[in-house]
Amino acid sequence: MSATVKRRGLSFRRGLALSIAGFVAFFGAWWLIAASGLVQRQFLPTPLEVLERFVALTQTPFVGYTLQQHLASSFGRFAMGFGLAALVGIPLGLLMGWFRWLDAIVSPLFDALRFVAPIAWVPFAALWFGTGIGGPVLIIFSGAFPPCVINAYRGAKYIEPRFVEAAQTLGATHARMITEVLLPASVPSIVAGLRISAGLGWQSLVGAELIVASSGIGYLLVKGQANISTSIVMSGMVAIGIVGFAIDALLRLLEARIHARRGGA
Amino acid sequence: MGVATFALLFAAWYALTTLTQTISPGRFPAPAETWDALRQIVVTGYADARLHAHILHSVKLVLLGFVAATLVGVPLGLAMGASRAFEAFVNPAFLLIRPIPPLAWIPLAIVWFGLGDAAKVLIIWFAAFVPAVINSYSGVRTIEPHLLEAARMLGVSRGMFVREVLVPGAMPMIFTGLRLSLQACWTTLVAGELIGAIAGLGHVLYQASLDIFPAMIVVGMATVAVTGAAMTMVLGRVERQVLRWRIHR
Repeated sequence: MSATVKRRGLSFRRGLALSIAGFVAFFGAWWLIAASGLVQRQFLPTPLEVLERFVALTQTPFVGYTLQQHLASSFGRFAMGFGLAALVGIPLGLLMGWFRWLDAIVSPLFDALRFVAPIAWVPFAALWFGTGIGGPVLIIFSGAFPPCVINAYRGAKYIEPRFVEAAQTLGATHARMITEVLLPASVPSIVAGLRISAGLGWQSLVGAELIVASSGIGYLLVKGQANISTSIVMSGMVAIGIVGFAIDALLRLLEARIHARRGGA
Repeated sequence: MGVATFALLFAAWYALTTLTQTISPGRFPAPAETWDALRQIVVTGYADARLHAHILHSVKLVLLGFVAATLVGVPLGLAMGASRAFEAFVNPAFLLIRPIPPLAWIPLAIVWFGLGDAAKVLIIWFAAFVPAVINSYSGVRTIEPHLLEAARMLGVSRGMFVREVLVPGAMPMIFTGLRLSLQACWTTLVAGELIGAIAGLGHVLYQASLDIFPAMIVVGMATVAVTGAAMTMVLGRVERQVLRWRIHR
């Protein structure tokens, strides 16, 4: 039989049918395994039970807060860590892209630190800033920081030379060069970096809250685990997935708008 | 220039901790303390084992999960790339799993498998699985259409098509995915070991933070960084070997 080389065109209807079949198969298999009694219900609840628990968590508090309140405190920490990473990282990246000496000093250090997994900062985060807000924020920061720096740096470094030359001919100062030439030219690269950094930041937040926090969505997971309640753990995972997806969708939208505006200009 | 940076950094470290004692030893260790902590863990051991045993334990788990995820993820991604029907069928389940970060699987893995190695391997599997699938899929999609058409025109068999066109064509992207997933595996393992483990580098970090032993925390972090970098480097070597045909073209 000859190989299916070029992907055969798939009619919209057939694609949709297959997608629905896949969706049903996924939940069907899950439900079957859970309902068959092969695995204890406590360890694998049915999809419906998880949904019920999810709804219940939004109404009755678990470990002190409802699901929304946990998410709100997680999101607050995320916004602080991510915001701080962007505020420090983007200017640093642009400066490194412009001043060679700064690049030469910071780059080796940065490359070395990048290999330290964000989560490895946990002991120091707890030691220096405690488990309230400071500790988790440091960990989110260490996850979200590198893409901010790298993308701003790349944007500034690989700018079209004629822009720089034109600005220099017109006598631009260092400050104006960075704010009025490098920054605008790097925006697409920076926004792409922000998307990566938001994803990593959100992941680091979950990790941080699993270890050093007393509220938040990660804390809810840990407490669900301690109570051996799989349905609480799974509800928390669903909530994490939804928020992570929403953050990414929002930044994707921003990216698309910027591209559209640039294309139109 | 890199050497100068590190020399400068080391001088600042020494000055701030040992000479002027601006930073108290309870917050960040002095160079001498760190050296002692390193000697302690290498020679007599810390957190129930010596350093090389912790490293081997962590690396072993990462490799187990990484290889298992690659063996499942790469063929799945290739199949999704090659067949639209298969993609339509698998995508819904994949899209549901994809936004859940690997670290969020840790509590579930602990509920299912406890604090032992099985839970760690499961988490690492999830960390490596998603990038392996996505990049193998994109790898197939980036194969130039005329190569595919030529293969079809020559009437190659299905097996030969997979071996000679699909896999080599997707290989560069597959390796990009493997590099990403190896890094994700490493981070995830450290997190998993911090939360609950009996050995490994994350366990060293955990024990050091319980003991409020900053010097050992630094040693643990440095070991995590060096080991992670070394694994990435080895994978880079493998990539260059496997993709030699591409570079020589």
